[in-house]
Amino acid sequence: MEQVHPQRKWQDYFSFSTDHKVIGVQYLVTAFFFYFVGGALAEAMRVELSTPDPDFVQPEFYNQLMTMHGSIMLFLWILPAGAAFANYLIPLMIGAEDMAFPRLNAVAFWIIPPGGIFFLSSFFVGAPQAGWTSYPPLSLVSGQWGEEIWILSVLLLGTSSILGAINFVTTILRMRIPDMDIHSMPLFCWSMLATSALILLGTPVLAAALILLSFDLIAGTAFFNPAGGGDPIVYQHMFWFYSHPAVYIMVLPFFGVISEVLPVHARKPIFGYRAIAYSSLAISFLGLIVWAHHMFTSGTPGWLRMFFMATTMIIAVPTGIKVFSWCATLWGGKLNLNSALLFGIGFLSSFLIGGLSGVMVASVPFDIHVHDTYFVVAHFHYVLFGGAVFGLFAAVYHWFPKMSGKMVNETLGRIHFVMTFIGFNLTFLPMHPLGLQGMNRRIALYDPKFQALNELVSIGSYLLALSTFPFIINIVWSVFKGKPAPRNPWRALTLEWQTASPPIIENFEEEPVLWAGPYDYGIDTESIDGDEEVEDMLAEVAGNT
Amino acid sequence: MQSSAVNESQLVIDSHQESGHHGHPDHRMFGVILFLIADSMTFIGFFAAFLIYRAIMPEWPPEGTPELELLVPIINTSILVTSSFVMHKGQVALKNNDIQGLQKWFAITAAMGVAFLAGQGYEYFHAEMGLTTNLFSSCFFAVTGFHGLHVTVGVLLILSVLWRSRTEGHYSSTSHFGVEAAEIYWHFVDVIWLILFVLVYLL
Ligand code: HEM
Ligand SMILES: [Cu+2]
Repeated sequence: MEQVHPQRKWQDYFSFSTDHKVIGVQYLVTAFFFYFVGGALAEAMRVELSTPDPDFVQPEFYNQLMTMHGSIMLFLWILPAGAAFANYLIPLMIGAEDMAFPRLNAVAFWIIPPGGIFFLSSFFVGAPQAGWTSYPPLSLVSGQWGEEIWILSVLLLGTSSILGAINFVTTILRMRIPDMDIHSMPLFCWSMLATSALILLGTPVLAAALILLSFDLIAGTAFFNPAGGGDPIVYQHMFWFYSHPAVYIMVLPFFGVISEVLPVHARKPIFGYRAIAYSSLAISFLGLIVWAHHMFTSGTPGWLRMFFMATTMIIAVPTGIKVFSWCATLWGGKLNLNSALLFGIGFLSSFLIGGLSGVMVASVPFDIHVHDTYFVVAHFHYVLFGGAVFGLFAAVYHWFPKMSGKMVNETLGRIHFVMTFIGFNLTFLPMHPLGLQGMNRRIALYDPKFQALNELVSIGSYLLALSTFPFIINIVWSVFKGKPAPRNPWRALTLEWQTASPPIIENFEEEPVLWAGPYDYGIDTESIDGDEEVEDMLAEVAGNT
Repeated sequence: MQSSAVNESQLVIDSHQESGHHGHPDHRMFGVILFLIADSMTFIGFFAAFLIYRAIMPEWPPEGTPELELLVPIINTSILVTSSFVMHKGQVALKNNDIQGLQKWFAITAAMGVAFLAGQGYEYFHAEMGLTTNLFSSCFFAVTGFHGLHVTVGVLLILSVLWRSRTEGHYSSTSHFGVEAAEIYWHFVDVIWLILFVLVYLL
């Protein structure tokens, strides 16, 4: 075989490469590393919580586990994992040869590994204990160095995220192939546009809050310290101005993923393209004006609580539009129940529960009852794990053939799904009744009457831990021994499938052609020039490697 | 295939390096503007905190806060505002391919930036309060300090433009991203100062 293209070397993945595909893989592998770290910390918590007494770890150490678990899962797992797919897919989906600013892109990635290691190093000086929210005054009195490391790491990771967002927006808005107008670009790009807007508008406000918190911690000011005349509520407002949007920053990319995965494996056009696209923007906008729903019990005045309750409930509308559109996409489709679609459907059902419990805690009287209980822990794991993580696995299974050039083993993939789905629900479903009955979050001890359900939860979490093994085995085995993947194993229409698997370094041999809309699946749709039916054309190209 | 294909794909890879050369559209200004939007949110965060304190504290500034001296900050404000115009003349000069003009006006701008920082240093030194005196003084130093940091970065940007402009042909009437980026950043810092001045000194 002649080599007409420069070849990818494995060393590229350990270098300061400016190729978005390499960077995407680097992000993904790094994120998975931290997922396993964060997961191990969670398992340690669950071992401790299988009995009401602090017999496995000291309560202080439990606080550290809890804080580190939450922060790692958010800042070092879900955020970089979303960025991983954005990096890998955006240029391919819009027919560009790279991101707008490749070097900036590499810088954004290379902030993460040192930032993450620095963060983990806080265990040596006493890790932070104040939870991922770091509320003062608690964060000011629970160990200075651990807390300062937390602040600096989050500032670093936030910077990386801003640099990434600048790249995403510029690339999506300025680098599409000429044929692709904004309404024929894949929905994943829409969702990344909405995500990046939130990153750009929200993260800097968190940075401002953390800079002030750092002054309080190190320099003896009292911005947030009531003892010195400051006000901790101001921190809460600034923190949540970022951190509510942050939950959308974490889940919107996977909304995008689901919009890509469902139509392909159901062989149907996406239901309501514009509705899904615009609802991402609506979520983004509304997401900026709901933050104080986290502060219903912080002495927020009644009229303000009413305002935030109303806006929060309104945000359920665009979210509901998406859920209905996805269900309608599946409805009557020819479902190919492979691992990717299974995780997609798993996403739908779990996220739905998380969304509904979200509407429940949005209502002030209910929230006052369950605030800081395990009901809230259940709610956000249904959104973050049931939503983001399930979406992420759907993405991994869907794009693995493209990224690696190999097919995964479907049997192992399905085993992975079943174990994850059962383990997930066993772990987090019982947390709802626990919370309703008043079990507090963020504490190593609890009333013995909660023990039975907690044992169940812990067993579920062990099953979750086990469920990663079929996944890891599958991925490692497939990378080395998997069946070679053709260009377009799923007969998909988005442009990343028009190039080789894995794509050549410059992405496309020649500028890709849009011969159908991104979701024109189904028997009778005609291609853009009306020559032939889309499915027939796809069947023709499907065999080509 | 023949070797021309190799060269071609090599070319594609080379042009991967950002920049407006090789006939690729230049997106860098767009990126700078996105960055400035993000950066402005940091200031909005600080300003919002400041306004909230002002609204909720029973007394603002808290009792015993010394009166802020206005003379130096007013001089500083006029220096900064004027410098924006001076800098713009530099950019216009470049558009007319007048590199010397660019260098002259940018050097003056940098000097004005340094003068601003010196004025701020003087003010810090003579303020009858410290970072931890009370909530107002903490806000004062945090906000002006963060802005001062931006002025410092701006001066460094201008100096690096001056440094690069010594290379023949680095900047020209058609290639001027660095000059424009430094300028828009400087205007941004200027506008932030005006808001800050009203909030902290006048209100
Ligand atoms: C491996 C499965 C997981 C288990 C068994 C697990 C378990 C837990 C438990 C028991 C807590 C509550 C600690 C407490 O309040 O005392 C917790 C908190 C938390 N978890 Fe997880 N979790 C898992 C996965 C995840 C994932 C995937 C994410 C995010 C993507 C996540 C994000 C969080 C966050 C943000 C907190 C809040 C920490 C805080 O209160 O500051 N978790 N987790
Ligand atoms: Cu929220």
